[in-house]
Amino acid sequence: MSSATLEKNSSAPADAESTAAHLITVTFRIRRFNPEVSDQAVWEDFQIEMDPKERVLDALHKIKWELDGTLTFRRSCAHGICGSDAMRINGRNRLACKTLIKDINPHKPISVEPIKGLTVLKDLVVDMEPFFQAYRDVMPFLITTGNEPTRERRQSAADRERFDDTTKCILCAACTSSCPVFWNDGQYFGPAAIVGAHRFIFDSRDEGGEQRLEILNDRDGVWRCRTTFNCTEACPRGIEITKAIQEVKRALITRRF
Amino acid sequence: MKIHKYDTVIVGAGGAGMRAAIESTKRSRTAVLTKLYPTRSHTGAAQGGMAAALANVEEDNWEWHTFDTIKGGDYLVDQDAAEILAKEAIDSVLDLEKMGLPFNRTPDGTIDQRRFGGHSRNHGEAPVRRSCYAADRTGHMILQTLYQNCVKEGVEFFNEFYVLDQLITEVDGVKKSAGVVAYELATGEIHVFQAKAVIYASGGCGKFFKVTSNAHTLTGDGQAAVYRRGLPLEDMEFFQFHPTGIWRMGILLTEGARGEGGILRNKDGERFMEKYAPVMKDLASRDVVSRSIYTEIREGRGCGPEGDHVYLDLTHLPPEQLDAKLPDITEFARTYLGIEPYTDPIPIQPTAHYAMGGIPTNVEGEVLADNDTVVPGLYAAGEVACVSVHGANRLGTNSLLDINVFGRRAGIAAAEYASRADYVELPENPASLVIEQVERLRDSTGSERVTEIRKALQDTMDANVMVFRTEQTIKTAVEEIGALRERYRNVSVQDKGKRFNTDLLEAIELGNLLDLAEVMAVSALARKESRGGHYREDYPNRDDVNFMRHTMAYREVGADGTESIRLDYKPVVQTRYEPMERKY
Repeated sequence: MSSATLEKNSSAPADAESTAAHLITVTFRIRRFNPEVSDQAVWEDFQIEMDPKERVLDALHKIKWELDGTLTFRRSCAHGICGSDAMRINGRNRLACKTLIKDINPHKPISVEPIKGLTVLKDLVVDMEPFFQAYRDVMPFLITTGNEPTRERRQSAADRERFDDTTKCILCAACTSSCPVFWNDGQYFGPAAIVGAHRFIFDSRDEGGEQRLEILNDRDGVWRCRTTFNCTEACPRGIEITKAIQEVKRALITRRF
Repeated sequence: MKIHKYDTVIVGAGGAGMRAAIESTKRSRTAVLTKLYPTRSHTGAAQGGMAAALANVEEDNWEWHTFDTIKGGDYLVDQDAAEILAKEAIDSVLDLEKMGLPFNRTPDGTIDQRRFGGHSRNHGEAPVRRSCYAADRTGHMILQTLYQNCVKEGVEFFNEFYVLDQLITEVDGVKKSAGVVAYELATGEIHVFQAKAVIYASGGCGKFFKVTSNAHTLTGDGQAAVYRRGLPLEDMEFFQFHPTGIWRMGILLTEGARGEGGILRNKDGERFMEKYAPVMKDLASRDVVSRSIYTEIREGRGCGPEGDHVYLDLTHLPPEQLDAKLPDITEFARTYLGIEPYTDPIPIQPTAHYAMGGIPTNVEGEVLADNDTVVPGLYAAGEVACVSVHGANRLGTNSLLDINVFGRRAGIAAAEYASRADYVELPENPASLVIEQVERLRDSTGSERVTEIRKALQDTMDANVMVFRTEQTIKTAVEEIGALRERYRNVSVQDKGKRFNTDLLEAIELGNLLDLAEVMAVSALARKESRGGHYREDYPNRDDVNFMRHTMAYREVGADGTESIRLDYKPVVQTRYEPMERKY
């Protein structure tokens, strides 16, 4: 019954299953800042032996655990779900745990610096509070009126699909901290908060859309978006963020959502 | 040092902590302390679903769910607690839906359900669709929904606060919880939180294994804080190995993949689970599937040049189904292995996943000081706790359920206790133990490094107390852990600063892991039987006469300061189900 699969099995990608680690020397150029030591940020180079199939997070751990215990960064799940380790790697916002070394040209120095637009507190750690405050400000929770049903609220598969993309957000801030408008004006809600609002505005069960739209109609709201698509490119979850922002803009004009 | 006063303090902001916070914030002045940010918690990594006998897609009822949970736990489950879990599951899922959770839907708009390991129709007849899910991101949706509702309720969070000590004061001969001591990551400052009620919801301790689905931050801080104050830990020898971790990395690939029709195959392409579990096949309980995988590997039917893994085959499933139901795990395979799951099988191996044991509680979440004495003001829920609804082996989808049912119960019980209780006086110099611990590590000039001891610990755990255990391997682990604990006394850190000193915190976390690993190994050594996740090759059968009982491990300190572990046992609560041989 499984002969077809068997053939496929026996030809499983050799690359993925090769056990020998081919170590190469990689230079990591890391932006360091510790106000306990100096008020100046500096670049520091570390050379380490890495298997190119390892993650940038593995490299940061190797540096911290074997070379310099003071190197500081946030991380937790290490597979792109918790959103702790967004950073600028070779000038682009990415999650360190979802970026394999082989995918970013390890033959040149790899630069790693904190995400932009949020105050750097130490090395790769930034102040996330303004980011989360913007998220909380868009009322990111289901708003309903009337009596609660006994069982679940009904929702068609199509209505559920309508906002599926924006439910994927892990609040890593890769999008917001890639946005040139946010860099220039930290008051702007930023893409992540708008994604958070979109997730509820387009949820057929929700009745708070008008309130959220008014919040985003503010001078620091959706109209600041210049559609540079940086956010969409930065999103490690593949959310079409710019599209979501445009849908919120359109909803503001048509009042249909 | 700062002193704060709250009615209720919750330690941890994953599913259990935030579910508790939503209840306790409505009823009492509550602070939630988390070493991360709430949305970083590892609940978010759970994938497959949350069990509840909604019967939306086929006949089902909570009694069947109760039976499956007890059988899945190899009859070490407290049956009264399992019944509560299965009964309250239904409202628990409906509550989440009303809070906004975007479940997948059936054609008529109700919550969709799918199959999962060990969940069956009518006491084992055939797999049943009981798992309520949102693609393969159910944990993510639960974590987000609970955080969103915490925002709505105005829950007060202290982010990046590490709770390092539990304060206990003896009042008229009764040990009561007085509060906790926390370390603020951003500043290095020590905070004392005086509270009428404390709830531990700080998650698991899987980081003492090398190949694990657990986050770097799952280091058993809550279990260790309570254990060090003389309170017991229950059933720590029972640890679940999830059958399908990404080979060598341990990243979780949901059992929902098999629920959707995925098949495990050995190097000959054989669907080997048919041999080991003729009825449930790939959907047998996790301990059974993990042992079967390692049996295949040991008998030379493993895949790859070293024969050290097997395949999870999804290639016969339509790409549309994978995209709709399993988008995240297929992306993990692409990202981390460079494999296309539409056309290629995924190399997997069992991965250390879940602690069935933990801080013993009753069904209200009250922590126990021994077999039946409650510690007034102290609560626990979720993976940190042991109710025990999981017994010797947890069923998939029962942990997302556990955190919601018992997180809610603990939140209500703690807040109600806080509303009628007075503050307990803080011990003299409440922060002294933490200050001493932090200063000793920061000032140490010892030659030992955290990374080396941690690696040695993980190596011995993987080698000696994993899926297969014997007297010899466990003794080796006990000895090696003991030696590592000695070396740990001489550990030092490089970062001597106060600001975001994660170097220091990793050293403290390692201390917690060492304590808990020792408890686990010592508990495993004494259990001379095989039951659920604890498999002894030298005692391959379950022994209900001698071991149908929970292990209770206590830390003892002798007059000369030497530490030891004292084991005691607690009866299993049995209501309507007689133990039977477990077959899938």
